[in-house]
Amino acid sequence: MSMKISTRQVDGVTILDLSGRITLGEGSVQLRDAVRDLLSKGQKRILLNLGQVNYIDSSGIGELVSAFTTVRNQGGELKLLNLTKKVHDLLQITKLYTVFDVSDDEAHAIASFSRA
Amino acid sequence: MLSNGPRRPAILQQTLKGGATHLAESMASRFSYTLDSSLESVSKVEEAAEHLAQKSGMDDDTAFQFTMAVREAAVNAVLHGNAYDPQKKITAVFENNGKALIVRISDQGKGLDPATLPDPTAPENLLSGSGRGIFLIRSFMDEVHFKLLHPGTELTLIKNLASTQNSA
Repeated sequence: MSMKISTRQVDGVTILDLSGRITLGEGSVQLRDAVRDLLSKGQKRILLNLGQVNYIDSSGIGELVSAFTTVRNQGGELKLLNLTKKVHDLLQITKLYTVFDVSDDEAHAIASFSRA
Repeated sequence: MLSNGPRRPAILQQTLKGGATHLAESMASRFSYTLDSSLESVSKVEEAAEHLAQKSGMDDDTAFQFTMAVREAAVNAVLHGNAYDPQKKITAVFENNGKALIVRISDQGKGLDPATLPDPTAPENLLSGSGRGIFLIRSFMDEVHFKLLHPGTELTLIKNLASTQNSA
């Protein structure tokens, strides 16, 4: 099963609702393209909702990191919402959990973005 | 895509003859694939690993980790080893010897020296966009061995089975 992405806007934050697998090939490329598309439109407050992502591989983890650094380098913020246990555990193992701003509460996550 | 395999079950004659264990013939299995250097092959290897894990009776979390590690090894062989070269194959050999699941993944690439792999959890590498595959394999498996082929690399992944598990 490949990954699906839908986009919505809440209070100036773009939420990408992801579902499926973020893996080498389609999933990782889709995520990369989606984030690049948002940045090209000047949308630099990005919340990735991973609540329906049931699998992520090392390529997908790398893509999350690349998205994070790309957005940050352009003066934006990228945060994660609703990690499944598997994704949470993988971020812990790879010591990335503390790199990302992670939340289980959408309203709280949206409020945490800077408004400068 | 599939040039041979799966061949199953081929019984572990050596183990049975040795008499060190008392495996019933139906409790041991070994099968292998030779596959193109493609993402479809990665999926094939992943499916086989999942099947082997489920049949072994390991719990869901352990089966997930085993399957993921095998998938990462296949990705490594296809992407970093053979670089998607259509002239090069990967081979995957799966074995349940009753005590452990053993998977050997080999490619025909330039060869991988594990000593050269940077630690992806080191502060200077933490924000790298790649380089976590072997790390995850090592995290999830009980043993990981590298063997340089000429050409290529063979990774042997070993996941021990708990004594209470079914070794089918």
